[in-house]
Amino acid sequence: MDDAVTVTDLVVDRGPRRVLPGLTCAVPAGRVTGLLGPSGSGKSTLLRAVVGVQQVRSGRVTVLGEPAGSPALRSRVGYVTQAPSVYEDLTVRENARYFAALFGRGSAAADAALADVGLRDAAGQLVRNLSGGQRGRVSLACALVGEPELLVLDEPTVGLDPVLRVELWDRFAALAAGGTTLVVSSHVMDEAGRCDRLLLLREGELLSDSTPAQLRAESGTDDLEEAFLRLVRARQQEVAA
Amino acid sequence: MTAVLSPRLTGATTGRVLRQLRHDPRTLAMLTVLPGLLLGLLYLLWRDVPAVPGQAPVFDRVGLTMLGIFPFVVMFLVTSIAMLRERTSGTLERLLTTPLSRLDLLLGYGTAFGAAAAVQALVTVGVATTVYGLDVAGSLWLVVLIAVVDAVLGVALGLLASAFATSEFQAVQFMPVVVLPQFFLCGLLVPREQMAGWLQAVSDVLPLTYAVEALQEVGASASATATMWRDVGIIAAVALAALALAAGTLRRRTS
Repeated sequence: MDDAVTVTDLVVDRGPRRVLPGLTCAVPAGRVTGLLGPSGSGKSTLLRAVVGVQQVRSGRVTVLGEPAGSPALRSRVGYVTQAPSVYEDLTVRENARYFAALFGRGSAAADAALADVGLRDAAGQLVRNLSGGQRGRVSLACALVGEPELLVLDEPTVGLDPVLRVELWDRFAALAAGGTTLVVSSHVMDEAGRCDRLLLLREGELLSDSTPAQLRAESGTDDLEEAFLRLVRARQQEVAA
Repeated sequence: MTAVLSPRLTGATTGRVLRQLRHDPRTLAMLTVLPGLLLGLLYLLWRDVPAVPGQAPVFDRVGLTMLGIFPFVVMFLVTSIAMLRERTSGTLERLLTTPLSRLDLLLGYGTAFGAAAAVQALVTVGVATTVYGLDVAGSLWLVVLIAVVDAVLGVALGLLASAFATSEFQAVQFMPVVVLPQFFLCGLLVPREQMAGWLQAVSDVLPLTYAVEALQEVGASASATATMWRDVGIIAAVALAALALAAGTLRRRTS
């Protein structure tokens, strides 16, 4: 299987803190890869390095065969930040059309992306007047509109109701089935089961790189949250020993 | 490949910034009406003050200069806040991951606010000459042109300044830092010939000096003078240099 993203010995400092102390991992192409871990574990930093907006101390990040952040990648990679990054003083449709234009797409693509995230009826509303969950979906639509080969999503389901979360994960699976590579970060372990591949991160270290099935088998529990806790404890004992 | 500059992406950004303005009717109203009202205050202030024999009435001199200073100040402020919002809302980081180049973004802002400044200048010049009887020897279109170039200079310096501001409090305080010295030394308060030599030298390198001189040229001669065109060229060149510098200070990768 080809890897869409390879990270080699990545070291990132943010201020005095070393957030990633030398991370090596890979993201398989055409799959949904979940990046999981508690808050502060370095998930967002890793995603920022993948899209090329993070200053890195050393190491290598290769995305779709190019160094992360290289100009050629900018039309092939979509990025959704953790906080919705769209224009509050524009309507939903105007936001989608602007980002569509940046990726060389027309207004039909913008409308399709809004329909994809269930915002067709809110298209004429100002983002300022939307709920937090709706804003997050506008932000997502603005990345979907470019039909990127790699979609990097930082906690896209925060603040969404359960029905929407399920719909969104169905959407991610459909995108992956169509050949898109997705990296989705989350700190909610019950979303881990929806991923094809799981990267578990804790304090910048890769605790596990497996599939949900493997993780369940290795840790001897069906509950992925529990599996994660067992991994953490095992690692702590290792360090203490 | 991302080009250094794409007219299509610059245009899309101009449209986006103008749409943001359209959704903010109060800002639009203030942009178009406020300079005219302030000019009215100056008109009333000097209406009954007798003119010095052999000189143009004070309002004709100061009012005309203000037509160049208003757009500069207003656009400086508006742009530095707009750019700071772009930074704090995360949209800037996101834009930097798209095919939009940094120069596209900054030129998009320059064009959008330049267009807004053109509307502002048309309204203000119209009000000044009809309601307040401002007397200008040269073409009013040249006054509008100079006002727009001044506005673009304000936009460019605002974009540059916002790179050094990490909070709204800082951004707002860059206004007096950048604007007031230029205003004090532009030749309006004290004619440049009467300044101390070193102050005159400082005044020589401040772009607003040339905006004021260009307007004085239009106010005094019926046809466009070479000095005026040189001044407009200088302001435009400084604006472009500031935009390029702002693009250079815009970091794609941040910690």
